[in-house]
Amino acid sequence: MLTKRIIPCLDVKDGRTVKGVNFVNLRDAGDAVELGALYAAQGADELVYLDIAATVEGRSTFIDLVRRVAHTINIPFTVGGGISSIADVSALLHAGADKVSINSSAVRNPDLINELALEFGSQCIVVAIDTRCVETSAGVFEHIVHTHGGRKPTELRTIPWAKEVEERGAGELLLTSMDTDGTKNGFALELTSTISANANIPVIASGGAGNMEHFYDVFTEGKADAGLAASIFHFREIDIPDLKQYLQNKALPMRMTK
Amino acid sequence: MKTVIIKYNAGNVQSVMYALDRIGVDYLYTDDEAEIRSADKVIFPGVGEASTTMHYLREKGLDKIIPSLKQPVLGTCVGMQLMCRFSEENNTTCMGIFDVDVKRFPATPGIKVPHMGWNNITNYKSDLTKGLIDNAYVYFVHSYAAPVCEYTVATCDYISPFSAMLHKDNFHAAQFHCEISGDVGQKILENFLKR
Repeated sequence: MLTKRIIPCLDVKDGRTVKGVNFVNLRDAGDAVELGALYAAQGADELVYLDIAATVEGRSTFIDLVRRVAHTINIPFTVGGGISSIADVSALLHAGADKVSINSSAVRNPDLINELALEFGSQCIVVAIDTRCVETSAGVFEHIVHTHGGRKPTELRTIPWAKEVEERGAGELLLTSMDTDGTKNGFALELTSTISANANIPVIASGGAGNMEHFYDVFTEGKADAGLAASIFHFREIDIPDLKQYLQNKALPMRMTK
Repeated sequence: MKTVIIKYNAGNVQSVMYALDRIGVDYLYTDDEAEIRSADKVIFPGVGEASTTMHYLREKGLDKIIPSLKQPVLGTCVGMQLMCRFSEENNTTCMGIFDVDVKRFPATPGIKVPHMGWNNITNYKSDLTKGLIDNAYVYFVHSYAAPVCEYTVATCDYISPFSAMLHKDNFHAAQFHCEISGDVGQKILENFLKR
């Protein structure tokens, strides 16, 4: 049976993982390759590495990191952060990444999704959507796509945008609710469920995981295919083997490695 | 021992090379006929679309070379599909090593296609699966699959049972990505490369 996936996300700057409630106050959660290898050994189903600096100078450091990760771990991993061209994707895939995640560049230039899917195949193109519920000028609350780490609203409504990126050739959606991100109060279940039920591609839910039950909820009520989290794994508030055992005990299909 | 990874216009084969590095096996990445024919083991990886890939193989003559190989050959993912007779992906005539047609997963309400993620394989009958626990999990990404047939040596179930692995004479094939299937995938590669 196809399993639900548990995905730790490693935010990376200068080859090291960082994760803070906001990006101003960075906390160091260790070496990015070693931490990824640890998660893989613990039974993580995939990894996501995000280059949060994503500067021109930092790019070659990041590609070197991708190469070292690919050499070390034997599970799939996705890389993202500052990807805006076919050349960027080519370099990352060539370094050994299995998938790439694009976000702001897809909003700026939606045709990029089509171009990347055609060039590299949909299976390796993840479109990340950062969403926030905002009150419009008409006084109604709507889910709106944001860029720049969730700070900058766009004109795009989240639910139709999710459908559009699929139609353009995305192979997977990484949905991050900026309303729940960092709260540890649980994933955005209703929105995740709506988008997943609408989509014919897998949906990775992100933002808000604080305990094991939150993962159960996002896989059942939220209809997510995968659950992503960062700091709760980095600071060992939840251990991946415990989490997978818990979910399996609750009758969810899990890949148990021990 | 000489291992060759067949070079063609497949997508990302870097992870296959890294997997061999981890196992500690040297390899040559080449489309040269003499090199391929003199190898002890041949890996035919695959990420891509069937018709474009077959077209490229024909241009290079690889569509004739691969079926005529006598040493152990392992095809993975699209590599496996191209070793079958025909693929519904853009109605592509393939190499016909395995006498079976690759079909698209039928549209089924509430079930997503591609089949992407970790799924368990069962009913092992292959030398390559020796030493695996029952119901081992491996990583799949595909929208087309070969049905269960006389060459099936491992099955997987998604919508309906399909061939996770095929075997005929010196030809082995896996629909999943051994190179990123954790310790299970690594064991299968080791069984192929080191036996």
